[in-house]
Amino acid sequence: MDIFLQTLVAGILKGGLYGLIGIGMSLIMGVMGIINLAHGQLMMVAMYITFVLSHYVGIDPYLSLFITMPSLFLLGALIQKYTLNPLMEVDSILPENQVLMTVGIGMVLVETSRFIFTSDYKSVQTSYSDATFYLGEISFSVALVIAFFIAIGFTLFMFWFLLKTDIGRSIRATAQDKDAALLMGVDSKKITIITFGLGAALVGAAGTILMPIYYLFPDIGGPFTRKAFVITILGGLGSTVGAIFGGLTLGLAEAFGASYIGMAYDDMIGLIIFILVLLFLPGGFKRLTKI
Amino acid sequence: MKKFIPLIILIVLCLFPVVIQNAYYQHLMILVFIWVAIGSGWNVIAGFTGQVSFGDAAFFGTGAYTAGLLAHHFHISAWWGMAFGGFAAMAVAFPFGWICFRLRGPYFALASLALNEVCRHIATIAEPLTQGMVGILIMPTFLSKIPYYYIALALAVLSVVFVQFVMKSKWGYYFLSIREDQDAAESMGIDTHKYKMVSLNIAAFLTGMAGALFMNYMGFIDPEVVFSLHDISIMAILVGIIGGVGTIYGPAVGALVMVAVHEFFRTGFFGLFKGLAAMTGSDAMISVAKTISHAHVLGFGILVVLVILYLPNGIVGDWDKLVGKIIPFKKKEAAS
Amino acid sequence: MILFELKNLVKHFGGLAAVQNVSFQVEKGEIFGLIGPNGSGKTTIFNCISNYFPVTSGSIHFNGQDITGLKTNKICKAGIGRTFQVVKPLGRLSVLDNVIAAAFSKAKNKKEAHDIAMETLEFCGLMHRKDIIAKSLPIGERKRLEITRSMATRPELLLLDETAAGLTPTEVDVAIDLIKKIRDSGVTIIIVEHIMKVIMTISDRIHAINFGQTIAHGTPKEVSNHKAVIEAYLGEEYAHS
Repeated sequence: MDIFLQTLVAGILKGGLYGLIGIGMSLIMGVMGIINLAHGQLMMVAMYITFVLSHYVGIDPYLSLFITMPSLFLLGALIQKYTLNPLMEVDSILPENQVLMTVGIGMVLVETSRFIFTSDYKSVQTSYSDATFYLGEISFSVALVIAFFIAIGFTLFMFWFLLKTDIGRSIRATAQDKDAALLMGVDSKKITIITFGLGAALVGAAGTILMPIYYLFPDIGGPFTRKAFVITILGGLGSTVGAIFGGLTLGLAEAFGASYIGMAYDDMIGLIIFILVLLFLPGGFKRLTKI
Repeated sequence: MKKFIPLIILIVLCLFPVVIQNAYYQHLMILVFIWVAIGSGWNVIAGFTGQVSFGDAAFFGTGAYTAGLLAHHFHISAWWGMAFGGFAAMAVAFPFGWICFRLRGPYFALASLALNEVCRHIATIAEPLTQGMVGILIMPTFLSKIPYYYIALALAVLSVVFVQFVMKSKWGYYFLSIREDQDAAESMGIDTHKYKMVSLNIAAFLTGMAGALFMNYMGFIDPEVVFSLHDISIMAILVGIIGGVGTIYGPAVGALVMVAVHEFFRTGFFGLFKGLAAMTGSDAMISVAKTISHAHVLGFGILVVLVILYLPNGIVGDWDKLVGKIIPFKKKEAAS
Repeated sequence: MILFELKNLVKHFGGLAAVQNVSFQVEKGEIFGLIGPNGSGKTTIFNCISNYFPVTSGSIHFNGQDITGLKTNKICKAGIGRTFQVVKPLGRLSVLDNVIAAAFSKAKNKKEAHDIAMETLEFCGLMHRKDIIAKSLPIGERKRLEITRSMATRPELLLLDETAAGLTPTEVDVAIDLIKKIRDSGVTIIIVEHIMKVIMTISDRIHAINFGQTIAHGTPKEVSNHKAVIEAYLGEEYAHS
């Protein structure tokens, strides 16, 4: 029973973070209709920024959110403005040109990081990195709990933003019907730029709050990109609420898989879920709620 | 004149190992040829049929493991893998395509990515069969590179000629119809599900053969190498994009560029920086030479971004545009 | 002889009934007009016939066989060609290649497909455009290409969806001539059309629907004098023209 509860807690904590990663991807998917295959790589960039700030300037990782998120927003916006938006006007054979572009951008990000920081493992050691507290028999990693609450905070903020602000409404309108939004006077280019920026900033936040717990190396982004798209598919392409459920499901599945089946299968579980969803629930959780 | 260019290139390629006996350059050409086969396969399903696959390594790895396991378990020549590897890859492609082509939208691309990862995990986990991470080691058949060179050349030529042949046939018309408009294709009496399957299986077959050759040539494989998402699946896409999506010779050009850029950086602009470092003896130069050699993927990544932005149809597809940009007066000539 | 028959066709989208219990029969060799105001379910009927989505209930018969639920491509092979209201050219292929791709549906080999394509291009008057890339054609010729392509599949029955919409008056006349020519070559036609001039001049019989239900059928004259039709739709438009 203890193992079960411990696993449940671990899964939920992880799931909250995954949700944060997934929301960014879902936003981009919803508005631009593309899978951002540089998503994890953007997270990796945020992690390196956090690392540099902590290691060389001595800024606490959580404080550095105020720097990493705007930086990532800017990076995302620039990527959208100068590499993805121009592609909308280019006639190419493959409609997936923008997706392929994100692959190229991901490569550039990874290799630039490798260029600067080499492939060595980096980590940020804080006083709370290894700290744990107990509730009954169940242990909680302090850093993971903080990360979880920050993730929840950002998630709630995102919902407030999407529901209550003008830009948020424009984003939702564009995601629902691009042409109609255009007719209603929404500047769709501006919206795509803001959306990609937001997506990048959110995944950047996830990277930063993971930094006290994780090791960092240039290739860390790849697995997270894959997780992000499993979450996005699970939640139903483009659904932000779905992304949270997707994130929780993946987090729980990974935790239970690791406890009860074996650590080696951690990655495999996401894939199996992914394939099952493709086979039996194309459209993800969103579809369940719609019917 | 234009008609003879492929023939001339073929003759040059046949004479290449006779003239250039440097094993290093022969090795590079063998890699190029293997990539021509992989790229051509990808181009059939993605470039011509419009179904972008992110999981070519599933087929490549299956082909490679078929060759390796035949040699490892049954002690027969790994060359049998060349015969069976393509079919083994088709055996993977068939059920996969059957399921995934029922879904429209980005599902195929995503599912192929998942297929890639699943195959890699299976190869890693199924230790009794595949030896897992230890990998498979076989004794190379030939000491010289030359036999490999000609076999690889034959595979590359076969791939290009076969794709050309297919694209001139009914299948080719059907593939293109599906790419251009699936609804229109159905209304024209084309069984789109069936022909997507045909296309995927052609791609799998060529890629599987390339995998089998890779096993024979390298003598060693492990799951991380042949089922690599980055080094095989994504590279296959990039080879296709750089060369020219939906063109017959695009993958060949893309393969050449990919290997050339790779080696160009890896060797520090073919030893230029090393030479400079040795000449000047400055530490800075040595470190520059060292850094440059690590930047090959970065260089390739930047190239990909630039190509997608400015040559969306690749080097072959946008050849006229490219030539026009480099040599402005030629543009006028073409226009007149 | 009855070539084609729709029996009690019903199509629901979620809770919305797009087509309710529509039945009609089409005689071999006639031009059968299907009219109705915007959103009355005409294109939905076409999409049900070619099985772009499954019918909710009812059946479709062609040449005495029940073809309900047959896959789209099989319907084409069975001898029902169609065009799309929003044209769907194979954009990056030449006009000739567009038609060859369609011609393969009946041809045994490439030479035969090529011959059928050339013949059809000549028949439909697109020969002079054969080497042009399809997406660079003007709209009138794109519509013509739609017809040419479906004719290349050698249909017995052709479904034409708004073939004359968006054309100039001269182009409309050319389109009318082509449709008549196709009928004269022995192909039965079901046509959905907004332009009354077209439908009234060429149809042998007309079937009018509104809100997915049959409101009238008969000769053009009978239908255009039918009260429900005038109320629903013709009242304004026909009076103006």
